[in-house]
This record gives sequence, C-alpha cells and structure tokens, in this order.
Amino acid sequence: METFDLLAQGLLSALQVHNLIYALIGVTLGTAVGVLPGIGPALTVALLLPVTYKLDPGGSLIMFAGIYYGGMYGGSTTSILLNTPGESASIVTALEGNKMARQGRGGPALATAAIGSFVAGLLATLGLAFIAPFVVKFALSFGPWDYFALMVLAFVTVSAAFGDSALRGLTALFIGLGLGLIGIDLQTGQTRLAFNVMDLLDGIEVTTLAVALFAIGETLKTASDRDQANTEVTAVKGSVWMTLEDWKRSWASWLRGTFIGFPIGAMPAGGADVASFLSYSTEKTFSKKPEEFGNGAIEGVAGPEAANNASAAGTLVPLLTLGLPTTATAAIMLAGFQQFGLQPGPLLFANNAPLVWALIASLLVANFMLLVLNLPLIGLWVRLLTIPKHWLYAGILTFATLGTLGANGAMSMGFGPVRISFELVLLLAFGILGYLLRRFGYPIAPVVVGLILGPMAEQQLRRALAISQGDIGVLFSSPISIVLYVAAIIAVGVPMILRLRGQGGVLGQLATDED
Amino acid sequence: MNKLLLAALVTGALSAPAFAADYTIMAPAGPGGGWDQTARTMQEALQAEGISGNVQVTNVPGAGGTIGLAQFATQENGNPNALIVGGYVMVGAILTNMSPVSLDNVTPIARLTGEAVALVVPAASDIESVDDLVAALKADPGAVAWAGGSAGGVDHITAGLIAQAVDVDPTQVNYIAYSGGGEALAAILGGQVTVGLSGVSEFASQIEAGELRLLAVSTDTRVPGFDAPTLMEEGVDVAVQNWRMVAAAPGITDEQKAAITADVKAMAESATWQSALETRGWVDTYLDGDAFATQLEADKSATEAILKDIGLVQ
Repeated sequence: METFDLLAQGLLSALQVHNLIYALIGVTLGTAVGVLPGIGPALTVALLLPVTYKLDPGGSLIMFAGIYYGGMYGGSTTSILLNTPGESASIVTALEGNKMARQGRGGPALATAAIGSFVAGLLATLGLAFIAPFVVKFALSFGPWDYFALMVLAFVTVSAAFGDSALRGLTALFIGLGLGLIGIDLQTGQTRLAFNVMDLLDGIEVTTLAVALFAIGETLKTASDRDQANTEVTAVKGSVWMTLEDWKRSWASWLRGTFIGFPIGAMPAGGADVASFLSYSTEKTFSKKPEEFGNGAIEGVAGPEAANNASAAGTLVPLLTLGLPTTATAAIMLAGFQQFGLQPGPLLFANNAPLVWALIASLLVANFMLLVLNLPLIGLWVRLLTIPKHWLYAGILTFATLGTLGANGAMSMGFGPVRISFELVLLLAFGILGYLLRRFGYPIAPVVVGLILGPMAEQQLRRALAISQGDIGVLFSSPISIVLYVAAIIAVGVPMILRLRGQGGVLGQLATDED
Repeated sequence: MNKLLLAALVTGALSAPAFAADYTIMAPAGPGGGWDQTARTMQEALQAEGISGNVQVTNVPGAGGTIGLAQFATQENGNPNALIVGGYVMVGAILTNMSPVSLDNVTPIARLTGEAVALVVPAASDIESVDDLVAALKADPGAVAWAGGSAGGVDHITAGLIAQAVDVDPTQVNYIAYSGGGEALAAILGGQVTVGLSGVSEFASQIEAGELRLLAVSTDTRVPGFDAPTLMEEGVDVAVQNWRMVAAAPGITDEQKAAITADVKAMAESATWQSALETRGWVDTYLDGDAFATQLEADKSATEAILKDIGLVQ
C-alpha cells in the first residue's frame, strides 16, 4: 500500500497549478513537434535544457515527460490524415488510418488513436508505478540471441501479411534490407555502400525514407493519374465520432497494444517501432474482419497507437530504475536529471522518492491533458481533407520538405557555387522510388520495415555469434528465444493451414495495396 | 490549419540560425551525448560569464563525429566565430572511416575535459580483480566478451591495449560493439558479456548501488570518489583517457586564434564551467597551446598504431 500513498502524494504535487502549466506546455509542444516529420521530442528537449536550467527540477522534468508523450501522439495525426508519418512509430498507423480517412472515417480513426493512446498511457504509467522492478528484470534478461528471435518473429509476422504476391512483398522487403546495409558497420567501424558520400556514412534516416515513400510517392502518383486526381474525397461520412461498433472493435486492440508495447518499450533494444509492427500483425491475426485490413480496419489504428504510447512509458522503466536510457529522448532526459544533480539509477527511488512520484503522477496528468486537448480538435483536423486536392498535395510536399530540412538542413552537396541539401535529394529520389513501387503494384511498408528491422537483426545476430564464438546453437539456447521462434512458426503455420482449408482469398487481400 | 502553421513556426524558430551569434558551436553528434552536452555547457558558461553575448549550438550527428568535422572544415573556412567540439573518439573514427577530413583540417584550440574508462563486471561475476581478468584472457582470449561503444572508439582501443600489455594478440580480442548509452550497460547488467568498458560517469550509479564491480580505471591517476585502482597499479601498463576538446575553423589568422583561445580559457576558468563540471562528473584537464598540440600528435600516432594492431585499420 506504500506505493499508493506515494502515488497519491505525487498526484497532489503534480496537480499544483504551476506543475499543471508545465505539463500543458509540454504536451502542446510535444504534439506540435510530433506532427512535423523529422523534428522529434529528443531535439525539442535538448533545445529546452538550457532554458529550464533556472526552473525548478520537478516542473521541468514534468514538462519533458509531457513533450515525450505529446510527441508520441502527435505523429499519428499526420499519418492518418496526410499519410505522412511524423516519426517511425507512426508508420504503421498510416497504413489503416489513412485508408479510413479517405473513406470519410478520419474522425473515428483520430478518436481511436487518441483514446487508445490515453488508455495505453494510463495503463503503462500505472505499470511503471507498480511493476517496474519486475519488468526491468525481464527486459534485462533479453540477450542478443533473444533479440534476434524477436526480430525473426517481427519479420515473419509482417511478411506473412504480404498476401498473395509473396514475390512482390519480399522484393519490397529486400529493397529495405539493402538500404539498411548502407553506412558504417557498428561492429567493425568499416563503411559499407557509402561510395565515399559523407552523408551516407550514418545510413539512411528512417523518417526520410518513410516520408518519401508515403507522402512524396503518393503525391506523384496522384499527379500522374488524371482519374485519381479528380475523384472527390469524402471528408466526413457518418459521424465524426466513434460508433458503438468502433468502440467494440477498438477496446481489445487498445489492451493488446498496451501489453505488447509496454514490455518492448522497456527493453534496451526494443523501441516503439518494433512494438507497433508486432501490434499490427497481432491485430490482423485476432481481427474478426481480417478482410478489412489494408482497406481501413480500425483495429489496425487502435492497436499500434496504443502500443507506441505504452512503449513510451516502458522506456521510462529502465531509465528510472537503472539509469539506462534506451532512446534518444530518454538519454536527454537523463542529462536533464543530471543537470539538477539527480542521478537516475537504482538509488533514485530511494534518494529522491517525492520527485520520482511527482513525475509518474504528472505522466498521468499529461496523458489526460492530451486527451482533453485532442478530442475536441478532431472535428477541426478532419476538415483538412476538404481542402481541394491540388492545394492539399502542394501542402503535403511543402510540409514533407520542411520537416526533412528541419531534421537535417545541412547543405552538404554542391554544384559549383550552388549548394543543395543531400537529405532533400534523397527525399526526392525515394519519392520517385515510392511512385514506381505504387505504379507497379508493390507494397510500400515492407521497404520501411526492412530498413528498421534489418540492421537491428544483423547487429543482434552478429553479437550473439561473437559472444558464442561462432556456435550457432546459442540462437536456440534460451527459453525466451525458443518461445519466440515457436510463436513465429505458429504465425506462419496458421495462415498456411487456413489457406489449405480454402480461405486463402481472405489472406490474399491483406495489405497488398496499403498505399 | 492554424495548428499546422503554429507547428511550422515553432520548428522554424527552433531551427533557424541566429544572425548575430558571437559563437556557433557545432556538436558533431546527436542531442544528448557527451559532445552535445559539452557544447551546451560551453554555451551556458560563455553566455552566463558575459564572454560572448550570443552562442548557438548546432548538431550534426554521425560517424564518430567525422560527418560534422567534414562539414565544419569545408564550410567554415576562415570564420573566426565557428567552433567545433570533438574528442579522442574522433581520432579513431577518422582512421577507421578513412575520413577525407582530419583534425589537421581544423585549428585545435584546447582540451577541456577528460574521463577515465571504467572496467566493470556484473556483481555476480567470478572475476574479482584485474588479475582474474588477465588470467581469463590469457587462458582463452575469445571467451572474454568485452562490451563497449562503437568499434574503433576509446573503449575498443582500451581493450586492445590491455590485451597487448599482457602479451595477448589484440586481434583475438572479442569486442562486442553497442551503439552506446544504455545498450552496452544492459548487456553487462544482464550478464551476457564478460566485462564492460565505458566512461566512469556512465556506470557511476550502478557501481554505487553495488550492481557492477569496478575493477580498475584507465587513467594514470585514480578517479576521486571511486574506490578502484588504476590499470598501472594492477601491473597492466596502459593509460588512456577519453578527452574532449574544442577546435576552431581552418584558415583563421594567428590573432584570431589567440582571441578564441583567450575566450575559451576564460570560460574554462569560470565559476559556471567549474560548477557544471562538478554536477556532470567531468574532470578538468584543460590544456592549450603547444602542450595540447604535442599531446594531440602523440595520441594520433598511438591510436593509429593500436588500431593497426587490432586490425581495424590497414
């Protein structure tokens, strides 16, 4: 019961007017930066660190946490309405969310994202308060062999959704895997496929690829297709709010997303993007209407959005209990703690209990604020879709370019005196790739999945084999990895059995054209 | 649409370059890391002490700082207001990445801080001392998995030097690179690797809580606040420190260089800087002028030698 007392005291402190104001500033700023592709919460917190030096520690940490939660939420709005993911964790949201928006169901899509984020944030924050020590123990027990098994599971479940043209799906996946090889190899320090271009040394930025394939590719496709350019998009069909059926279909997805997102967020090499991929494939498996996937299934928005918010709270588990920053934002929050002379780590809960509990309580408050801030705005947001197409797509282009420049504005390429941004050149090149993929009916998402998961899987596999000195048996040596491989086999096996029983048509429709 | 506009304006304001900056400091790394924190602490100290009216920090992450370094060297030529933060990691990265731009292409001003590399094992490990580690390494070099930052960085170099000092072939060192921060720490705490290497401050709270055992520190003197011997004391002839420095643009005049050095020196001696060092656990190792140039040259050739021995550089 001690935990309840501490949490109650924390809530009292978080509900003080000045802390509420910090939380409000945090979530508003966070939502704003989450909306723009490329500008993430990490950069925002870094920029604010010197400003907050003179503020009181509690208030500034509360504000940082608000930015973090807000940023996780903000990315979903542009994913759903504009098909432009603001950050890598929102890529999956664009798949079903944008389809819904085009059918006039943008309102329910935004609502299920907002409420799902709230539910997940609430449960995960409570999880942070009550079961953090157990979760962190579980997360730490993941060795490189277990992470590799997790990546195999993610690959298998995502590719199982490629539907009837496995060849096209795999082609797209391998483009992504190939792009993932570019840059300096972490284990040896040698460069691969960079062709002496300095900007390629650090690899391809995921958000640049995602924004290019989704937003630029689609703009080109629309511009090139007279029929499509003239079709009217219904901004609102039916209610702006979620119907009873939407609620029925969403609630279980929110819970599943939370249970997937929280532990994966707590893992040092997990992350919100992996969580959102796994949640998406889980939803597809559990859905009563799998045929709707790829055509705007609400579960495909509800689950991943819940998962990515839950994983944000999960990230705070190792940060607060071990002083382990597992994301860039967490690393900067750690710097924030140190700025105030606090050392996150095993002793933080013991030495600075009131502050930690105020932070946890303010996460609950920030989460509630996000809901209050965003639900009434949905009606306004969906009106974006009523903008005439030529304006809308011009706007999307401007927006995507601005975001990319904001993330990396270096004018590092030059022809004579004219300097241009290499990142923008990449954006346009991938945009053309995205157009071609669409034009010839290849799915887009596997390219991004390959770029995100490929390098992770490679590093973990090589670490595992280095530690075992080349013994492949290490990959199957732990109970966790065996469980994950069994899950992967089931994920492949069940659809095959279904197919044999003559239900292949259902699977064939899955995600073949998620653009 | 207002909100979009607002977002664009906020971002624009956040990322817009200032026009009247006295100094623009480039941190050739992402926000949050050691170089970024060094740059932002300099910003704070330079402004608070009135040495400079307006200081901006820019981040150009990637490739051990060599991407930022290349950009800095080509674009800031002759600009007396441009500074870049760097450090020992850059020396190794320039060699392993075969970077076209090296520290010879900028004007090093001063070394600011230094940090010892800590050699730690999980509390449950049966390795109790440096002697135990050396014995294990000699018995089977491949069976000792070292976890640390990226390949060719100061952690990797330390591992190679230790092996070399105890007559073990450095190419046999089984070094597992992590992308820094928490990942390596998690692998050490989880017992997946034998021994971990990173800056002392990164492990401080785990050492204090008794979850990690500090075997030794890599500097030639002990680190205040930590009850651990140096490698030298343990009979391993290795002394490494992970230093951070500040450099100015290439092509500046001697007068400009002297003026910048005076500003940096004033900052390094200021109360703001000194108190920041204390809260962040950094050790003041200020060194400028010819002494710094000599030390830099010595570090460059020693690093090249060990990276060749490890087999990372041909």
